[in-house]
Amino acid sequence: MLNKKIKNRSLAFTLFFLLSIITIFFSLKVLDDNVLYFLSPTEINDKENINFNKPIRIGGMVKKNSIILNNNEIKFVVTDLKNEIIVSYRGTVPNLFAEGKGVVAEGLLQDKKFFIAKRILAKHDENYMPPKD
Amino acid sequence: MLNFLSPGNLFVFFNKINKLITKILLPLAIVSLVFSLFLSPPDYIQGDSVRIMYVHVPSSWIALACFSLIGFLTIFNFLFKFKNSILIYKSLAPIGMSFCLISIVTGAIWGQPTWGTFWAWDARLTSMLILLVFYILFIFSYKFIQNQNLSSKICATLAALGIVNIFIVKYSVDFWSTLHQTSSVKILGDTSIDKSMLVPLTLMLLVFLVYCALIFLMKYRAEIIRMKKKGLKRL
Repeated sequence: MLNKKIKNRSLAFTLFFLLSIITIFFSLKVLDDNVLYFLSPTEINDKENINFNKPIRIGGMVKKNSIILNNNEIKFVVTDLKNEIIVSYRGTVPNLFAEGKGVVAEGLLQDKKFFIAKRILAKHDENYMPPKD
Repeated sequence: MLNFLSPGNLFVFFNKINKLITKILLPLAIVSLVFSLFLSPPDYIQGDSVRIMYVHVPSSWIALACFSLIGFLTIFNFLFKFKNSILIYKSLAPIGMSFCLISIVTGAIWGQPTWGTFWAWDARLTSMLILLVFYILFIFSYKFIQNQNLSSKICATLAALGIVNIFIVKYSVDFWSTLHQTSSVKILGDTSIDKSMLVPLTLMLLVFLVYCALIFLMKYRAEIIRMKKKGLKRL
């Protein structure tokens, strides 16, 4: 059954397959930061040479009891339970934006602890359940 | 056994199954739609928009499973020159592509009310878009390349690259930080979907699978007829 032609083809295929895995692995490795959709407060804290003029995304959990509303500005704290960043935003937030829930903010970093957001996205978790009443 | 697997015999056999499937598809679809639209509860944060999940999740699974199957068949055909698998992957590819498209479109519709955006270039969404591109390239490469030998080589190349992409789609939410949430239904470990929502999800998956089988059988029989009529590309 396994004649020489099939053996040759299998060998060629296996080599190609391994090569493509390695190529894709390394290209993802090079892209590294760009594959990440957002950075957590800890990653921002650890990162050196941040370009403060380039828009970035940060993400984490909205800290409990940290949302402050005045006029149409909303301020809240994004936390990953180790480090925190204060986010300021003008505009409407998505429906799912709430304390204790995931959030992704897009905008400019002022310094390592203060962020001005241009856009807020709500991130929701993988839990689905009926409302408790 | 091999005689049974000849296209002629399969044709008759599939005809019978096809009739059975057409009978059960509609009642099954109605039952699952009633479950997913009326009987299942809304989500505790997302409300009624969670119902998009009952279309989005099964179609994504089918898109992924279909490409895995196509990839396996293509590689099998490339290695052992088992020509019947060409007919099978030709019939499977359009189904997978449609469900991939459905998954992306329903994902966008679901993303707007929940995340606040239709599209985000995060790892999961981007790799799913790449999967759609793979499907399109795959279909083009067997439709427009006349030389059978060359076409099966190109298909095998695409399948090899596409299978790597399947793994990236599957594990993208675990490897990188993405806007897309991590998987709720796990083969190993706990499922984080409430039972009352798991029922319509499973039912919808069943409906989609039956529908896929129906389309597949119709397409496969059409391919057999096409082959017999032309007398070309004999098995």
